[in-house]
Amino acid sequence: MLTRRMILIAAMLLAPASAVLAQEKLPVVASFSIIADMVENVGGDRVAVRSLVGPNGDAHVYSPSPADAKVVADAKVIVTNGLGFEGWIGRLMKSSKSKAVNIVASKGVKPRKMAGAHGHSHGHGHDDGDPHAWQSVANAKLYVANIRDGLIAADPAGKAVYDANAAAYLGKLDALDRQVREAVDKIPAERRKVIVTHDAFGYFEDAYGLDFIAPQGVSTNSEASARDVARIIQQIKKQKIPAVFLENISDPRLLKRIADETGAKLGGTLYSDALTDEKGDAPTYIDLIRHNITTLSAALI
Amino acid sequence: MLYDLFLNPFIEFDFMRRALVGVFVLALGAGPIGVFLMLRRMSLVGDAMAHAVLPGAAIGFLISGLNIFAMTAGGLIAGFVVALMAGLVSRATQLKEDASLAVFFLISLAVGVTIISMRGTNIDLLHFLFGSVLALDDQTLLLIAVNTTVTLIGLALIYRPLVLECVDPLYLRSVSHAGGPAHLIFLALLVVNLVSGFHALGTLLAVGIMMVPAAIGRFWARDITTMIMVSATAGAISGYAGLLLSFHTSAPAGPAVILVAGILYAISLLFGRVGGLLRQLFPARHLEA
Repeated sequence: MLTRRMILIAAMLLAPASAVLAQEKLPVVASFSIIADMVENVGGDRVAVRSLVGPNGDAHVYSPSPADAKVVADAKVIVTNGLGFEGWIGRLMKSSKSKAVNIVASKGVKPRKMAGAHGHSHGHGHDDGDPHAWQSVANAKLYVANIRDGLIAADPAGKAVYDANAAAYLGKLDALDRQVREAVDKIPAERRKVIVTHDAFGYFEDAYGLDFIAPQGVSTNSEASARDVARIIQQIKKQKIPAVFLENISDPRLLKRIADETGAKLGGTLYSDALTDEKGDAPTYIDLIRHNITTLSAALI
Repeated sequence: MLYDLFLNPFIEFDFMRRALVGVFVLALGAGPIGVFLMLRRMSLVGDAMAHAVLPGAAIGFLISGLNIFAMTAGGLIAGFVVALMAGLVSRATQLKEDASLAVFFLISLAVGVTIISMRGTNIDLLHFLFGSVLALDDQTLLLIAVNTTVTLIGLALIYRPLVLECVDPLYLRSVSHAGGPAHLIFLALLVVNLVSGFHALGTLLAVGIMMVPAAIGRFWARDITTMIMVSATAGAISGYAGLLLSFHTSAPAGPAVILVAGILYAISLLFGRVGGLLRQLFPARHLEA
């Protein structure tokens, strides 16, 4: 009994303190982990970021909880990817009566048409094109600029901080972009093609000239048919594709089967739609891109 | 032409051969289980048990991550517990088996969903646990083969009390005490088959390849032995034709198998020798004195 009372007292003492802290920071909600990481980099200490879809979560099929609705209602700024990636966010904002400013991070990105290579109708429930724009670092820089402008609009007092943080982060992204290009240059041109589970690397493909082929449509919801798998196998054999990659959000067993059957190399894990937690390979956006390009080079060179 | 249509997919592609072996072996075990479920009016129990497996798989996932064996073991244990509890309650009290099973599987499902969402990841656990028929590896095939072997041996051992209990439970009770244990063993075998079915084919297909062929068997045979043989054969044919359907039309493989089974069911419903609709409309002439 004594201990329980002590905990209660401690909680009462702490609660106002944390409330004060929370008030000082600008409450920002990001729709998923990659956006949250960017907001943290731009906002620094002035913002308290919460990601609705956590690390390793799949934002395609996410269903919000009542706790999320409360978080959204309390937020001053909501940062989303846009391009139809988070089909659920509009309803969530409406139902929680949120008055927050919505920053669409992908504003200004030239949307890429979905490649319907395997005859799938893509299951995002939208026709806006491929939403995975962050896979190109050039687009990520647009994201950062949008986030910076949005935060300044919501919190003009922090303009200097946001400008400085964003400039520093954009510098890092430039370096990252160069690193990716150098790595791709080292891969022999005829080996620049891989198979991935989830068709999320279209922007990476366009920006850096690697060919990504997916056995499934773009949504992780759809189930591959025997014909799709057979076509992929024939394609790997015919085009002599050197490597097959897994991702952190799709069924890995199908790819293992394809790899076994074709002799293509299982190249490790590429991260597409979600960061990992602290202990994983890709806790931040920069780590994610760096991990992907390192893994790709290792399998293809 | 015929060769391309019916044989070549299996000759050219290893994964098609594996899928075929998988569905054949599965049909062999699930056929008889389905027939007994149907005769005992427990046709929907398979579906209920499918949900009951969830918390065990979730706990296995919490303990050792996405490890197939830990999750299978967890699923088996959870399924056994629910099946045994439901069976015991219905035998010990006046609550009917379907009611007690409904209670236990719903509790089980709720526990499973809670565990998964407390973990905080929204990766669809079932998607990982219950793979695709197109992705059967050696381990999964072996698991299915072992499960089917266990099922067939188990059914052979309890065949007599099981059949008796289907047709005349009161008589069985008056001459033997084997009814209770046989029933529990049967439920355990059901769970074994569901789990191996999930691994290979997903929730939908595991239950589907059990019940639809059994219903087909009912239209072609009067005695249990023939019914079981028709059921297992119908399951195997559906598997083969479904895989071909998926190969040629790019329908997803699991549903394709069940669709074919559904078509076979419709044909049986119309033309079945035992109680088929046409047979009822135009009965064969009786030998009348």
